[in-house]
This record gives sequence, C-alpha cells and structure tokens, in this order.
Amino acid sequence: MKVIFKTSYDNDIDLHEDWWARGKIILLVAVMAILPFFAGEYYLAEITNTLIWSLAGMGLMLLVGHTGQASLGHAAFLAIGAYTDAALMNIGVPWVIAFPLAGIAAGVFGAIVAIPAVRMSGIYLAIATLALFVIVEEMIIVAEPITGGVGGIFAPSITILGVDFDRYASLNNFYWLCLAVVVGVTWMYANLMRSPTGRSFLAVRDSEVSARALGINITRTRSLAFGLSCAMTGLAGALMGHYITFFNYELFSVFISINLLLVVTIGGLGFIQGAFFGAILITAVPQVISILRDALNANLGIDLSMPGLDTLIFSIILVTFIIYEPTGLYGRWLKIRAWFQLFPLARRDMFRRQKTYLKTERMK
Amino acid sequence: MELIQLIIGGIATGCIYGLVALGFVLIYKATEGVNFAQGDMMMLGAFVALGLVNSDYGALAFVPGVILAAVIMGGVGYGVDRFVVRQIFGQPHFALVILTIAMGFVFRFVAGAIWGFTPLVLETPFAGKVFNVGGLIIGYEDLTAIIVTALLTLSLWAFFQFTKLGLAAQASSQNQMAAYIVGVPVHRVNSMIWALSGAVSTIAGVLYASKGAIDPNIGLLGIKAFAAAVIGGFGSLPGALLGGILIGVVEPVAARYLPVGFSQMSPYIIMLVVLVTRPNGLFAQIYAKKV
Repeated sequence: MKVIFKTSYDNDIDLHEDWWARGKIILLVAVMAILPFFAGEYYLAEITNTLIWSLAGMGLMLLVGHTGQASLGHAAFLAIGAYTDAALMNIGVPWVIAFPLAGIAAGVFGAIVAIPAVRMSGIYLAIATLALFVIVEEMIIVAEPITGGVGGIFAPSITILGVDFDRYASLNNFYWLCLAVVVGVTWMYANLMRSPTGRSFLAVRDSEVSARALGINITRTRSLAFGLSCAMTGLAGALMGHYITFFNYELFSVFISINLLLVVTIGGLGFIQGAFFGAILITAVPQVISILRDALNANLGIDLSMPGLDTLIFSIILVTFIIYEPTGLYGRWLKIRAWFQLFPLARRDMFRRQKTYLKTERMK
Repeated sequence: MELIQLIIGGIATGCIYGLVALGFVLIYKATEGVNFAQGDMMMLGAFVALGLVNSDYGALAFVPGVILAAVIMGGVGYGVDRFVVRQIFGQPHFALVILTIAMGFVFRFVAGAIWGFTPLVLETPFAGKVFNVGGLIIGYEDLTAIIVTALLTLSLWAFFQFTKLGLAAQASSQNQMAAYIVGVPVHRVNSMIWALSGAVSTIAGVLYASKGAIDPNIGLLGIKAFAAAVIGGFGSLPGALLGGILIGVVEPVAARYLPVGFSQMSPYIIMLVVLVTRPNGLFAQIYAKKV
C-alpha cells in the first residue's frame, strides 16, 4: 500500500491522489475515444446507450448518493430534457444552444419543484416525486402542439459547424459527442464534490442537524442539489431523445425511474464511479439475457420468452444487492482492492456491518 | 342527482383506495418503513381469492374462499418479512423502498406466470344486484365495500389503541432498541404486522375485483393509494381512509366536469397541494420534540 505525503492543501483536495491514478483515467478516456475504430456498429450503439444511462445515473447519484434524498420520478426530468431539446431543434434552434437549454429547463423546473419538496423528508419526498412524474406524463399528453402528444416527436439530427452527428448515418460522431458530454459532466461533477458546495451536500446527507449547526442553509443546499441533479438528467434525456430519434411519452415510463434507481444502488451509492458500473449492468443484462435465451432456444429447445422475465431478473439482482452488498458493485470492488493491497493481512471481519437500530423520524 | 350518483360510486372506489392505504399505514405505524409493494400485494390477494373461488379453479364458496385467501396472504406477508425484509433490519428506510419496489415486480411476475396477463373476472355473489333508493342506484358491491371498510378501519384503530400487540408495534416503530429493552419482540411484532397488512390488502383486492376485471398490472393502483395515505398523513388510520375517499370522489367528478387529463392528475395534484401546505398531511403524526 502506497503512502502519500500531502505537502500542501492543493495536494490534499486534488482530484487524483497521484499521477498513477490520473494516468489510469487518461488511459480509460483514450481507450474510449479510439473505440469506434475497433467496435462494430451494434456494440458501438450499445456503448453509446450505456454512456447516456451513466449520465442520467450521475444525475440521480448526486441526489441519492451524495445528498441523501430519494427521487422516484427522475424519468420526468429525462422527459423534460428530451422534449425541450427536440422541440427547440424542431423550430430551428441549433443543437449547441438547444442542448444546454434542455439541461437548464430540467434544472430550473427541478429547483422550483424542490423548494416545497425539500421541506418534506425521506418517504414524503419520494412519493411527491412519483406524483410529479405522473403529472408531467399527463402534461406531455395534453401539451400536444409542443410535444406531439400521444403521436410522439421527432428529434432532428445534430449538425455542428457543418459536421453531421446523426445517430444512424454517422454513429461514430454521435458516439464521440456523447463521450465528450459525459467526460465533461463527470469532470464538473468530480470538481463539484471537492468544492464547498459539494461538501455541504455530503454534510446534509450525513447529518442534517450537524450541517445546520455548521451554518449550512439546508433548504438552499437541497434545492441546489435537486436542481443540479435534474439538469444532468435533463442533458441525458436530450441525448436519449437523439439516440431513440422518434419517441413519445411512453419512452419515459415509471420503469425508467426505477431503472435509474437501480443504476445508482447497484452501482454503489455515493460514488461517481458507481453510476458507470450501474449503467453498464443495466444496459448489458437485457442483452445478455436475450443472447442466452436465443442460445437456449436454438440448442436445447427451451423456450423462455415469458413476459416480465427481464424485470424479474433485475428485481432479484436488486434484492440480492440490497441485502448482501448495500454499497453496490463499486463498494465490492473497493473491498476486493483492499484485500489485495493488504494481502495477507486482510481479515473477514474488516467489512462487517455494525448492528444498527432505527429510531422514529416522526419526532423532530 | 347525477352528482350524488357520482359521489356514491366515488366513495365506494375511495374505500378501496383507503383499504390499500390502510395496508401502508399499518406497516408504517409498526416499522416506519413504507411498503411500495402494497399495491402488488393487493393484486396478488385478489388473484389468490380468484383462484380459490372461481368455478374453473378452486370452486370454493365465496366467504370461506375469501377468508382462506386472506389467511394465505397473511402467510405471504409474514414470510416476506421473515425471509426478506428482516435481512435489512435496522438499515435506512431508503433500502426498504427499493427492496419493496423490487418485490412488487416479483409478485407481478408470479401472478402473471400462474394466472396469465389477460383480464379475469372474480365470481362474486353480489354481481349485478343493485339497490334502488329513490332513483339512486347503489350496487351491492359498493355497499359491501363501504361497510367492510368502515368495520376494518374501526377494528384496526381499536387494535392499535387498545391491544398489547398494537401498542408493542407502535413502540417498536418509535425506537427499536428501546422496545427490545422493555421486552417487545420487535422482529416477531414486525412480521405479524406484515401478515396483518397482507390480509387487509387481500380484502381490498377482493373488493376491487368485485367491481371489474383484474390483471397483474392493477398493482399500479398502489400509487393512488399512496396519495391517499399521504393526504391523510402517513401513520393515521382514519386519515388514510378519508384521503382515499377524497381521491375516490374527486376522480369521477373531475372526469365528468373538467377537461380531459385532469381526472388522472387530480389525486396527485391534491396530494402535492396538501404536501406543500401541510407537509405532514392533514392528520399530522409528526410532533416537535419537547426538551
């Protein structure tokens, strides 16, 4: 295990602890950037989808993992992002302007909603966001002139300075665009988490009372977190709209909200990396299931085309993680890494969970 | 006259929402957790009753069939708590939210695998029979729903207020460790409350099924029942019932007199208004700590 001497404050708050850690990230981004030259079209499209999901997952991670607020209605903000972007581009606004506006629209809407919502705690907030989701869904159907109603809306292909970024005609370009957005947002997110604002999010998550005692304005912090989270999700929604190209309100069902929760909890609550792990899992598992199903059907003649089998498998994975590994995939990876770093000194009881008891939240 | 007719039908539907909401409130009162699978438990209860009562399945008489279904679902509720929920005892409530959402999908899959996804109709003795009171038409199933709900709410309220188990459940929700110290078997009390909640949701499911066809996706009704529970103030039994009736009445009235779309949104709009004005519901159960 390497010991790092921190000789200055800048050194202490640095994003990466040393050049080795930084190099790994640079290597990862470089590999991702040259991927289109190796991967086939099908896999590249899937990877693009994974990138979009990890962007949406990061949005929810900021809220659930770093601020400790639950949202069951994040699909609503995906929808707001997607519809704002598509509607603006349909009236001729270039993507470079429409895309940030989509994020801002989702963020502002989220922040406005958050101001009354943050007064509620835990369960109430979760249910309020669920209700908000239903209302947004109905509003999309009602606001037909803008959203196309039940019929749906077409997201035009992106052109920047004459370069085409269409999802089908030039998938490589679209992939690079998504990658650039994801890398940019991740970088900003990581920097946010080492700023006073990010630290105050963590303080609010860990103990509201102590945070207030330290002079943090709880309502402001929570609304800000809600707004930022919705903005990130809105950006993901805009990209998702371009990825699907033609969509209606059914794309943003309540299952999308639940899948997003799955991304953050299975990935690992409280880690940016968790959003990526979760997104990889959620986009890869359906493909793996369908490949396995086809293989079983072709080779053994077992027909597993039961409706709802995918959701069943997801649910079982989720239950298993909540019970046995609440820190998610990233938490498991950290444990494995610690085991190797400490070898042969790691002990089984090192990560044992403490026995905890709950007290009422009805007394404030 | 038309309005009164709408309101009576609304009260009966509202009673069913209220019953599902009672299931939430029971578990909330005892463990402070929220069971997001309550709607799916209601669905499963309705299907179990259908499997026992309908002539092409179990062909039992109606009342014994429903009672047996409630007992079976009580067992399912007990089992869910004993083998799944108890594993995360003492973890934050958010874990339970996600766990129960996932369990809801499992229930839905089980019901779909056994009974299929095509809508089925429960055979009830009161199908098609109506009262005619001075021009108002009241179905037997509506009347049954109202009476059964009133009786259940009253008995559950008495259960929490006067019985030893009810008081023990409230104690364990307030402070798990302190409840242990004074001798409450917290684990077992929680499991019993889950069993009770399973039985109550079966009755809600049967009443719902008596008003129309059921399929494995009716569990989404649970979201409306949430709104009912929140309006009443989670943790208040009469509040949940009143919230349910409010939603049940507003929905058909909004569908009749307001533009399209408002009817579906109305329960949630009411809920958001209540949450914004009174963040803890109409019958608040949150008290400021006295120092």
